[in-house]
Amino acid sequence: MAMDITGKKLFVKALSEEGVDTVFGYPGGMVTDILDELYKHEEIEWVLPRHEQGLIHEAEGYARATGKVGVCLVTSGPGATNIMTGLADAHYDNIPLVCITGQVPLNLIGNDAFQEVDIVGMTRSITKYGVTVRDRKELGKILKMAFHIAQTGKPGPVLIDLPKDIQTAMGPGEYPESVSIRGYKPNASVHIGQLKKGYKLLKAAEKPLILAGGGINIAGANDKLLALVEKTKIPVVTTIMGKGAIPTDHPYYIGNSGMHGRYAANMAVGECDVLFSIGTRFNDRITGDLNEFAPHAQIVHVDIDTASISRNVVVDVPIVADANLALEKLLEWAAPQETESWLEKIREWDKENPLEMRRDKGMTPQMIIEEINRQFAEGIFVTDVGQHQMWATQYIELNEKKQFITSGGLGTMGFGFPAAIGAKIGCPEKPVVCISGDGGMQMNIQELATAMAQEANVIVCIFNNYYLGMVRQMQQLFYGKRYEATCLRRRKGCPGDCKGPGEQCPPYEPDFVKLAESYGACGIRVTEESQIAAALEQAKQCNTPVLIEFMVATEDIVLPMVKGGNPMTEMILK
Amino acid sequence: MTKNRWIALYVENQVGVLAKVSGLFSGKSYNLQSLTVGTTEDETVSRMTICVTSDDITFEQIKKQLNRMVEVIKVMDFTDVPIHMKEILFAKVKDCSVADKAELFQIAQVFHVEVSDIGTDSILLECKATERRNNELIDLLKSKFKQIEIVRGGGVAIESISTSCAGRSEYFRKQN
Repeated sequence: MAMDITGKKLFVKALSEEGVDTVFGYPGGMVTDILDELYKHEEIEWVLPRHEQGLIHEAEGYARATGKVGVCLVTSGPGATNIMTGLADAHYDNIPLVCITGQVPLNLIGNDAFQEVDIVGMTRSITKYGVTVRDRKELGKILKMAFHIAQTGKPGPVLIDLPKDIQTAMGPGEYPESVSIRGYKPNASVHIGQLKKGYKLLKAAEKPLILAGGGINIAGANDKLLALVEKTKIPVVTTIMGKGAIPTDHPYYIGNSGMHGRYAANMAVGECDVLFSIGTRFNDRITGDLNEFAPHAQIVHVDIDTASISRNVVVDVPIVADANLALEKLLEWAAPQETESWLEKIREWDKENPLEMRRDKGMTPQMIIEEINRQFAEGIFVTDVGQHQMWATQYIELNEKKQFITSGGLGTMGFGFPAAIGAKIGCPEKPVVCISGDGGMQMNIQELATAMAQEANVIVCIFNNYYLGMVRQMQQLFYGKRYEATCLRRRKGCPGDCKGPGEQCPPYEPDFVKLAESYGACGIRVTEESQIAAALEQAKQCNTPVLIEFMVATEDIVLPMVKGGNPMTEMILK
Repeated sequence: MTKNRWIALYVENQVGVLAKVSGLFSGKSYNLQSLTVGTTEDETVSRMTICVTSDDITFEQIKKQLNRMVEVIKVMDFTDVPIHMKEILFAKVKDCSVADKAELFQIAQVFHVEVSDIGTDSILLECKATERRNNELIDLLKSKFKQIEIVRGGGVAIESISTSCAGRSEYFRKQN
């Protein structure tokens, strides 16, 4: 029988047993006891961000890059509420996090104590599991549950609310090796009968198509998918979260499907006779008008989450399974199929409308991303949210040495830069490139200090078009160029009916180069296409974080595009 | 087809579980008719009886969403299954004349309702019946009396014994 120990000691013990070497934490009154305990433990690195939202995105980036659980520690009240956006983001994109929030002592809960909020209640719908520890004896079990739930099944964020008096109370010193939860039994098998049924359909298809979602990347089933594709010769489209499921230069890879997908990819979905989808939840950005989605196809759907199946799209063969297990089985049966004429048709579509930005008016995001592709043979590529993100999903090249991290489900502006820092902290040996917009970058710009402190030498490429471009693009196309609230140069004196940029526009703020320099980071401004390569070369040589501001055209739009709610084959191409 | 459906739910008897389950219904715009909860023979487990109005696809989704909750131990679909279902209802009828009281006693007799309290000008009825039967009683009281006060508990349901043994419920389902 081990001796009784304090809650904070057990907490640190739990971290050690779980192999946690990094904690993303921000101090506050209700976690000071834990700080004091961690002071004695050099082996656990404390990452101090400059804002809790930055903190949780850093943990997300860390978890995505390493596959390990990201651990967050914040105080009660505002510390807790500041991580909510990140919880929702992680919940949507299935990122394993364990977030500890300090809480006022048990006897003060409910009294509107200083910095008290009901964070478990507030986050119930955006966490996989959340609980307040009310009994010191339960602490070990609850922490074990948290790590177990966060990383098994469909991963997700878990929130543990830890009152101050539990942190200091004496109690059992054991941290359990395993935990059994009667209401939580993640699916660990695949229904062979269903899978056979699905494969039979696929095999009989004349125009088969595989739709690979983020589940492939989460499960690490990339090799198996590649093997299946090469064996069967079936073409593949991906979702944004599924990008990289197979190498993007593979001859059977068509591209992303969806709202800003590749023309040939969306046409293929529209024409295929069997759609074999793995690890996607058929988000509206992928399906468009549900009645017109894959209208000629029988749909097979493999997903680990039963609730993802037949929710948005009613499928013909539902298969509840981990992508890895399902693909492993499929590989046993897979045989070459005659797909050459179907592939030829897809290639024709691609020739008809290739993915290409205009090249007549100076530097475009495509040129910058292509240079990134050329200069980085390996690395982690992280985006923020907006136009630059869509361009990145279109043009970035991925393979087994290159990973892509983006906020897909929630579409969280401010995600990119901190997530890149987290990725770099998790994988210091890999180059990390963050592609961001000038809007999203300013949502967590304070994290430059964190990057400096952590020596997280990421290369941030800001595509500065002076606008919140994604919304401005909609205003441009559907709202008569009434650029309300999307111009970041706009000042008090600007005309109310402004319909676009001109000579008279005020200067842009901030000066990103000076801003980077004020943190001790390196700042580079690129105004011409000819400077792109040299700027990236220079960035690679820097021993600090680097911020490159690319002055891209102000009114470029992301094409192709499908208007929300329209069929995916009705694409705006020009 | 949109209709009323019944679910019995075993959940962990813990703080916040009721909020989580009810939050699912509000958050995802599911149409909740009634929800009751109480502890079971095992005090660490609570059992809920839930009535929802939904179509087939939504109902499937509701069951899946409930199932994936860590705190939910078991989801049982009572739709088209022989069950015993009862709801407790109190109806206080106020401002009664002598004739009103006489009529209420008659109603009570026909509806198998207990008259559980009485005052100079009011009567308390206690009814334990199906929700539909309770609805009928309320409609009747509303049409006859001006001042009534209703409190009802929501249905609780349990599978029938005689028809739920292995194979037989399946048999009944087919018959229906």
